[in-house]
Amino acid sequence: MGTFHLIRKNLTRKKLRTTFTLLSIIIAFLLFALLGGLSRAFSLGVELAGADRLVTMHRVSFIQPIPVSYVNRIQSIEGVETALHQTWFGAYYQDNRQQMGLFPTDLETFREVYPEYSIPDDQWQRLLNNQTGILVGQAMAEDYDWEVGDRIPMFSSIFPQQDGSFSWDMDVEAIFTGSGNNADEMQIFMHYDYFNEARAFGTDTVGWIVTKIEDPDQADQVAEAIDQRFANSPTETKSSTEAGWTASFAAQIGNIGLMVQMVLGCVFFTLLLITGNTMAQAVRERTSELAVLKTIGFSDRRVLWMVLGESLLVAIIGGVIGLLLGYLFIQGAANALSQFLPGLAMSWDAALIGLVLAAGLGVVTGILPAWQAGRLKVIDALARG
Amino acid sequence: MGQTIAITLQSLRSLPSRIGPSLVAIIGVAGVVAVLVAVLSMASGFRETLSGAAREDNVVVLRSGSSSELDSGFDGEQSRLIAQSEDLALVSREVYVMVDIPKKGTGSMSNVPFRGVEADAPAIRQNFELVEGRMFEPGRKQVIAGIGAAGQFEGLVPGTTLEFGTERWDVVGVFTADGGVAESELWTDAPVLQGAYRRGNNFSIVYGQLQDPDAFNAFKDTLTSDPRLSVQVERETDYFAAQSEILSTFISVIGYFIAILMALGAMFGALNTMYSAVSDRSREIATLRALGFAPRSIVVSVMIEAFVLALIGGLIGALLAYLLFNGLTVSTLNFASFTQVVFAFAVTPDLLIQGIVLALIIGLIGGLAPAIRAARMPIVTALRE
Repeated sequence: MGTFHLIRKNLTRKKLRTTFTLLSIIIAFLLFALLGGLSRAFSLGVELAGADRLVTMHRVSFIQPIPVSYVNRIQSIEGVETALHQTWFGAYYQDNRQQMGLFPTDLETFREVYPEYSIPDDQWQRLLNNQTGILVGQAMAEDYDWEVGDRIPMFSSIFPQQDGSFSWDMDVEAIFTGSGNNADEMQIFMHYDYFNEARAFGTDTVGWIVTKIEDPDQADQVAEAIDQRFANSPTETKSSTEAGWTASFAAQIGNIGLMVQMVLGCVFFTLLLITGNTMAQAVRERTSELAVLKTIGFSDRRVLWMVLGESLLVAIIGGVIGLLLGYLFIQGAANALSQFLPGLAMSWDAALIGLVLAAGLGVVTGILPAWQAGRLKVIDALARG
Repeated sequence: MGQTIAITLQSLRSLPSRIGPSLVAIIGVAGVVAVLVAVLSMASGFRETLSGAAREDNVVVLRSGSSSELDSGFDGEQSRLIAQSEDLALVSREVYVMVDIPKKGTGSMSNVPFRGVEADAPAIRQNFELVEGRMFEPGRKQVIAGIGAAGQFEGLVPGTTLEFGTERWDVVGVFTADGGVAESELWTDAPVLQGAYRRGNNFSIVYGQLQDPDAFNAFKDTLTSDPRLSVQVERETDYFAAQSEILSTFISVIGYFIAILMALGAMFGALNTMYSAVSDRSREIATLRALGFAPRSIVVSVMIEAFVLALIGGLIGALLAYLLFNGLTVSTLNFASFTQVVFAFAVTPDLLIQGIVLALIIGLIGGLAPAIRAARMPIVTALRE
C-alpha cells in the first residue's frame, strides 16, 4: 500500500470538500490565464518589434508630419541599411468610429525592412504594378471578408482628395501573413505615390520613418546620429528603437500590468487562505489516524510527505485544469475580439509560470499541516483523540 | 420565531470559537468585493471626468466624417460661417494638437492635448477658474495648464519654460474646470498655436454655447443644410458620452467578469466554511432537533450566520477599496482622441451597494446547501458521532 494510494483515499474521503477546494483553485488559475493573456495583448507590439529597426518621428509629436526628403538624408547616414517612411491614414471602412491601421508607404522597399512578412510572389508583382493596390494582413482580410481582386471604398478621416472627397478606392492585390498572430496582421499598406499625388494637403510629408540598421548593437549611436542631422532645423526629430517606440505607446494606456498584478495578488492571497484552511482542517480531523499510522511504523518523514503530497496534488490538478480552461477561453475570445484586442493569446511562458505557481501554492498551503503531522507525538495524539 | 432567534443568537455567539474558518470566508468575500469596487471605480471615474462637466447647452461642431477633434478641421472661412450663427451666445474656434511631455515618475512620453482657444473658451466651460498664476496674453507664446495635466506631467508649473522642438512656451497659470476633460489640457491663444504648428488660418473645431438649449435642432439643421459646409454637430454631453463609452465599457466588462469568477471562487470557500461549521456542530444541532426545534429554525440560523460573515467581508472589502482607490489620480490614453486624459478613481455609493449585494449573494449560495444539510441531518446518527 503506497503513500500515493493513501493520499488518494484521503482526498476522496470528503468528496464535497475536495471538490470545492479544487474548484476554487481552478478558478484562480483560470483568472491567472485570462489576466495574463490580457496584459500580454497590451504589450504585444513590443515583442514583435524588430531589434534592428529604429523609428524616427517629429520631435514634438507623432501627429506632426516630417518632410519626405528626410528618407534620403537618413539613408545616407552610416550604419543605416534601408529607410522606409509611413503615414497614418486615419482609415475607416463603413463605420468612422472603427479606425483601422492603414499606412501609405514605399512598397518598393517595404520588404527589405519587414522581411518577416511573407507575401506570395505573384501577388507581390500585381501589387507593385497597380498604384491603387493595397497589401492587407491575413487577419484583417478574414475579418472583413476581403479577397485578392476586391475593390474597396475606403475612407480617410484626415485626408481628402483634391476634389474634396474623403473616399479612396483601393484594390486588394496582396495578402501577407506575419507572425501568425493577429497583432501585426491587422494592418494595411498602400502606395504612397497614389496617396501623395491625390491628397488635398500635406503633399511630400510623411508620418514617421522606419530605419533598418546594419548592427542592432549600434542602435543608440545610429538613433543619435539621425537626430543630430536634423538638430536646429525647423523639423527636429526623435528616434528610438522600434521596441522602445511601441513600448511608449503601450505605456500611454497606463499601468495595466500593475493593475493586473494587483488583482492577481488579491486572488492568490484569498485562495491561499481557502485551501490552507481546508488542508489544516483535514489534518486536524485526522490527528488520531495519523498517530495510528505512526504507531504501526510509518516514519515521521513519510507522514509529512503524505500530507504535503495531498495538498500538492490538489493544487496541481486544479492548476492544470484552470490553465487549460483559460487556454480554451482565450482561444475563443481571441477571435471575437481580434478587432479590439489583437494579440490576445496565452504564451508558453505564462503556462509554465502558472504551473510553478500551482506547485508553490501546494507547498505553501501544505507545509504547515505537514510539518505538524510529521512532528506529531503519538501518545499525545492518541490521548486527545 | 422565538426558536429561530434563540438558535441564531446562539450560533452567532459561538462564532469566535470557529474564528479560523470564519475569517477565511470573510477575507474571501472581502477580496472579491474590493476587486469589484476598485475596477468599477476606475470606469466610473473615467466616465465622470469625460461627461461630468459637460453642459447640455454646449455644442461641438466637427468636420463631417471626422472621428474626434484631432482629425477634424475647418478653414478660416468655414469656421467663421459657423461662429457667426445667431443661435450661439458664446463661441470659440479652437485648434487641437498634441505634444509629447514626460509623465511624472516614469518619464515616459505622453500625448498631452494642446488647445488653442479664443476669448470665449473659459466662459463656455463649466466653472472655469484660474487657481494659480494668470491667463495667457493673446499673441504671446504662453500657456496655461489644466490642474490634472499639471499634476501628472513634468514641468507644468507657472514660471517654467517648455521646449517643444524649437519653440519655447512660458507656463503662466494653472486652471480648473469642474473636474472635466479640459483639466487634462494645455491652453494657449489660437492664432499663436496656428502659427507654431503651421496651420495657416485653419481650426480643428468650433465650440459654442447656445442662447437657448432647446434651439439645438434648429442650430444643427441650419449648419448641416448649408451647402458651403460639411459638418457634424453634437451636444457636448453626447460628444463626451460617446468618447467615454469605449473605455469605460471595456473596463466595466472586465471588472464584472473578474469579480464574478472570483466570487465563484470565494463561494466555494464559503461553502467549505459553512459545511465545516455545520459538521462541527452536528451533535449540537441534533440535540436541538431532539428537543423539538423545527428544521426551519435551523436553516434560518445557518443562513443568517452565512449572511453575517458575508456582510462583514463585504463591508471590509468595500472600505478597503474606498480607502485605497477613491480619488487616486491616474492618466490614460483616451482612444477616441488619442490623447491623455487625467482622471481620478471614483468610488460611488452605487458601486459600494453593488459590492455588498455581491457579498450577500455569495453568502446566500454559500449558506443554503449547508443549512439544508444541517436541517436534514438524521438525529440519531448525528448524536452518536
